[in-house]
Amino acid sequence: MGKPQSVPVLEMRGITKQFPGVLANDNVDFKLEKGEIHALLGENGAGKTTLMKILYGLYEADEGTILVDGEEVSIQEPNDAISLGIGMVHQHFMLIPPFTVAENLVLGAEPRKHGIFMDMESAIARANEISEAYGLAIDPHAKVMDISVGMQQRVEILKALLRGAEILVLDEPTAVLTPQEVTELFEIMRNLTRQGKSIIFISHKLKEVLDISDHVTVLRRGKSIGTVATPGTTQQELAKMMVGRDVELVVEKGPASPGESILEIDTLHVLDHRHLPAVRGVSFSVRAGEILGIAGVDGNGQSELVEAITGMRRPSSGRVVINGRDVTGVPPRQVFESGVVHIPSDRHRHGLILDFTLAENMVLQTYYRPPFSKRGELDWETIHQEARRLIEEFDVRTPSEKVAAGSLSGGNQQKVIVARELSRKPELIVAAQPTRGLDVGAIEFVHRKLIEARDDGKAVLLVSLELDEIMALADRIAVIYEGEIVGIADPDTVTEEELGLMMAGAMRGPQHKAAGGESR
Amino acid sequence: MSMNSKSKAWWRELLVPVIAVLVGLAIGAVFMLFTGANPLDAYGALLSGCFGSPVNLSETIVYVTPLICTGLSIAVAFRAGLFNIGAEGQMIVGMLASAIVGYTLTGLPRIIHLPLTILSGMVAGGLWAAVPGYLKAKFGVHEVVNSIMMNYIALYFSHYLVNGPIKDPNLASPYSPEIADAAKLWRFVGGHGSEFRVNSGIIIAVVAAILIYRLLYKTTKGYEIRAVGLNPEAARYAGIDVSAAMARSMLIAGSMAGLAGAIQVCGIQYKFLDLFAFEGFGFDGIAVALLAKGNPYGILAAASLFGVLNRGSQMMQLLATVPKETAGIIQASVVFLVAAEGIVEGWLPIRRMAKLDVAGKEETR
Repeated sequence: MGKPQSVPVLEMRGITKQFPGVLANDNVDFKLEKGEIHALLGENGAGKTTLMKILYGLYEADEGTILVDGEEVSIQEPNDAISLGIGMVHQHFMLIPPFTVAENLVLGAEPRKHGIFMDMESAIARANEISEAYGLAIDPHAKVMDISVGMQQRVEILKALLRGAEILVLDEPTAVLTPQEVTELFEIMRNLTRQGKSIIFISHKLKEVLDISDHVTVLRRGKSIGTVATPGTTQQELAKMMVGRDVELVVEKGPASPGESILEIDTLHVLDHRHLPAVRGVSFSVRAGEILGIAGVDGNGQSELVEAITGMRRPSSGRVVINGRDVTGVPPRQVFESGVVHIPSDRHRHGLILDFTLAENMVLQTYYRPPFSKRGELDWETIHQEARRLIEEFDVRTPSEKVAAGSLSGGNQQKVIVARELSRKPELIVAAQPTRGLDVGAIEFVHRKLIEARDDGKAVLLVSLELDEIMALADRIAVIYEGEIVGIADPDTVTEEELGLMMAGAMRGPQHKAAGGESR
Repeated sequence: MSMNSKSKAWWRELLVPVIAVLVGLAIGAVFMLFTGANPLDAYGALLSGCFGSPVNLSETIVYVTPLICTGLSIAVAFRAGLFNIGAEGQMIVGMLASAIVGYTLTGLPRIIHLPLTILSGMVAGGLWAAVPGYLKAKFGVHEVVNSIMMNYIALYFSHYLVNGPIKDPNLASPYSPEIADAAKLWRFVGGHGSEFRVNSGIIIAVVAAILIYRLLYKTTKGYEIRAVGLNPEAARYAGIDVSAAMARSMLIAGSMAGLAGAIQVCGIQYKFLDLFAFEGFGFDGIAVALLAKGNPYGILAAASLFGVLNRGSQMMQLLATVPKETAGIIQASVVFLVAAEGIVEGWLPIRRMAKLDVAGKEETR
């Protein structure tokens, strides 16, 4: 403050950071004006996080200088950054779940009574004070583990503000939020800039960047590609800067030519892990050569539905029929053997064994069958051959098939799963959030593969929280709300608003007749 | 860890334990200086105690043999994500079963009686381990608590048996009768009464290590066990029967501990001797398996290290008047340092590389 308007609140000049084998940041320049939201955009591994970790004192740059308010500073550790007014909200929250909001807020700077006791009253007072000052409502008495992810993020932001942050770095803050929470977060961000804070917003989601930012700096493979003013740029232009080539944001597809019904779901009821009803009487069918998209806000029974279809969760009643065969409640292997493949929504929890090599992961469901094994003995040569073939065909970027799956980037991990699943010659593809956490280049790839599979006569059940993805891929859209299908819509005629209303349970669409099943 | 990525960094995997052993010995030397002993004499005694004479070498191998088996036992369970604390008890029931089958049956040819005796030890150990394995797989009961309790049941049950039902009435001491000659393992030198107690049990143990390696890395069942151990949720997603894989690994684990017991009876003791406390092979097996990071071939090396330290400590005591407790300190420091490999890696330039690897990886997430 008190400085001439033209001095940026933060400037990073010529930042270079070398990791063995990777030039993570290559002479990167970055300038943040006071009171702006500046998006840092790039694919996974482009160097965004490295740059921010350097700013926050978690890494040391090999070269380059950092200026705060026009003065060169030295940031050796996070405490230096904090005292310079730089606050960071990490992608994975640094909160202690059993502690209350107030306790978390003052953590590391606890107010004391008599020298040794924590002064809980002034902690709560301080929490209330800061939440009022920035208009961020919180309950200081609530335990962090009992509040929503969006609220936890709010606590993280307040924590940074409480430590005097003037510059806030938000690392992929929307990745963990529902669409409503994203809207709220953006409101908070705008509010903060009105109060003079400056925000660096890390993301690889183009739409969000266009929505919220004033400027966008794009990184690609460690290099700064350029900074543009957000008004006047387009998703296309940003995607091209990010990936280095023209990207099809919406993969082209022809009309579907559906054949006979492959998957029949009949009044399916499924309980969740707390034994509460999660799926409540769902019926629909998916035909060969079509993509049925299940749209809905997270937590409306999608996971339980997918798990019930793929044999991972036993439905409490109803029927799942695949290719005329009743597979209700049979274990996953029997479901797979009926021609089903499953791209799971959580690639680390379900999709991959991160400590296994790519080759070992490629045969996760097929290892026990020829040609990968004979009489209980694995044929490693064939397994490695197949892995190399899939790596080639699906363009997985890896030094070899012998490295651990955990060493690949998220996008490449997802490609491994997509390669494995699609190579199993399915009749039905169950794809649950197949592009979660992927950047535009990888999304385009996965979308193209799913459409190829459809055109090849496979039935595709696509479950996604991204409405854009559903709109781009689905031939029919079923909206799920509180465990029920509240409507089935035609993507060519339905509007996003109508879908949004159905997803929020405020409107019902045309009912099960359109599902193609005679089951009602 | 797959066998493929392993070959690349084998030197690194070897470097850390070797340095850990050396540093452990150095720490032991400091302790010895405190107690007034000469470390050079002591370590000389350690070496000669293990390798200095044929009998010493023989005794070292005798000690190493059951450790290989219990190490394998813990490693197989560990690969399925289970902590088999019960190898001690599984070994006891293995000894019991082998002793009983060994002395009750008579007149059988060696080619039938010996394998039968050893097999019965393995089956008994396997069944003993199957109890906590089943409880874990079916009801999710934690295997650590159960297998510890099974240890006590085995210990006191054996106590009861050898003081009653299977006690040799001709002896005052609580021993079982001696097993038939046809059930004894071959001693390499001088027959059953030889002072060289080293016997074909060591060959069986090494073969077991090779078979366990093959099981884990070359067979579909081993693939399942490793998958379940690394990520049970992903294994379930992939259609692997997680409970079956866990139960199977416990069964195999128990049979390896049972094998340790069978070899003790058929190769060394020829009878069941009353136990006043746990012998510790099962517990040392945990350290052996962890030291070897669950690799069956590594277990051969780790068990040998244990055997050398243990046997050598007795000789240090005899020849260099080092208290046995000091030998225990050396043994513990070595294991401590090998297990806490991060400490040792910190002294090496490889730590920087490893740390940067992680940093680079995070970036690409």
